[in-house]
Amino acid sequence: MSDDVERGTSTANSTWSPKIVAFVCNWCTYTGADLAGTSRLKMDPNVRVIRLTCSSRVNPLFIIKAFERGADGVVVSGCHTGDCHYSTGNYYARRRFAILHDLLDFMGVEPNRLTFSWVSASEGNKWQELVNETTQRVKALGPFHEFQDMTPQGEFQEMAQKGGACQ
Amino acid sequence: MKELQDLARKLLSEGTVKVVIGYEEGPRGARAAFITDPEQADPLIFDTRCVQNLAAYLNPRRKQIATLGKPAVVVKGCDARSVAGLIRENQIARDSVVIIAMQCGGVLENPDVAGELTSEAVSTRCGGCDVCEPKLFDHYIKSATAKTPPVNPKRTEQLAALAKMTPTERWNFWSEEFSRCIRCHACREACPMCFCVQCTAEKGTPLWIDAAATPRANRAWQTMRVLHQAGRCVDCLECERACPEHIPLGLLARYVADSVERRFEYKAGDDPSVPAPMGIYRTDDDEELIR
Repeated sequence: MSDDVERGTSTANSTWSPKIVAFVCNWCTYTGADLAGTSRLKMDPNVRVIRLTCSSRVNPLFIIKAFERGADGVVVSGCHTGDCHYSTGNYYARRRFAILHDLLDFMGVEPNRLTFSWVSASEGNKWQELVNETTQRVKALGPFHEFQDMTPQGEFQEMAQKGGACQ
Repeated sequence: MKELQDLARKLLSEGTVKVVIGYEEGPRGARAAFITDPEQADPLIFDTRCVQNLAAYLNPRRKQIATLGKPAVVVKGCDARSVAGLIRENQIARDSVVIIAMQCGGVLENPDVAGELTSEAVSTRCGGCDVCEPKLFDHYIKSATAKTPPVNPKRTEQLAALAKMTPTERWNFWSEEFSRCIRCHACREACPMCFCVQCTAEKGTPLWIDAAATPRANRAWQTMRVLHQAGRCVDCLECERACPEHIPLGLLARYVADSVERRFEYKAGDDPSVPAPMGIYRTDDDEELIR
């Protein structure tokens, strides 16, 4: 694939569809997403799930890195408040997201590229809706040229060869 | 002035402190002074050019200053909030520093030249000052001339202009500004509240932020730095003054501080017993962003 297609910049190519990275917590959203899968719910195939121990494990740099490496949108999802496996992790995460959201908006990242949500282990349907809705929203915004253009030429192919996150 | 010099002399000769960190006349306006000898307390000054936040020298990362011994630090009410921040975050103990607070009537935006405190010349952070009379101190030196400073609207206007832009315009604005960044990390070094022993920007495995001054790395660096100051920043503008490329870093810091205040009803204050907003939570925090 050419570098252009890899970056998702070839808009003439109607095959472009967004790459979305989802950072999910092991205890609720990952299990919820698993439920959606085993229930054979139909979802857009654009979301790549990364499983973490807790939504408060998400360092803002994970999100920056995801954008740098070619993500067009990012989802962060964890347990509903009060349900955190570690009792309070998602409360701290909620504060951090709010500030990160505001700062990224102020620095010019379209806020619709970031999605925060709570999806419990039994909410397979909610995960399905979240995936489909987020995909539509990011699709409407188009490829995230701004971030991707900052990545040096060739780095995407290198990642692709390694079978890395860009695939 | 005399009162400050006498106090410094007394503290040093009694042996209460080993060094007094204050302001003195420099080649370009007021600069930081480190007085260790009671006989040499005469250069200490305090006037409207004393812009710098001397609490930065209490930062435990500044080992060369810690080796001088127990410090006394001259602070304005606004800088006392940085000292409170360092105590709050367990970086220094309250009894390890003597705080000499000055009653302040505002400082100049440009500390190099003395002048009248007009609404153009006054520092943007002095507007609406509620700490002209500090509460955190060991010694308080009153001023007969200090009065409520005028408001410099420059910063608020800049923030309002940025808020009106579209995300793409804001992206281009910051890309332009960050393109000048040479990654000297002066913003970090000057900051009173950047106290990590090892900075993430200098970690290689994994490599979070490229060491070179590329557009990508510059943006990630400033995003991280400003986020780490959420709830800590007291808008002292040391980062902006330290920046050799005149990047308006104060705008980012101020925006995040405003955002923390709006969302968590927290304003960096001079009471060290109030917990830092990012280290606590409320079960009823706002959920407008959560789907």
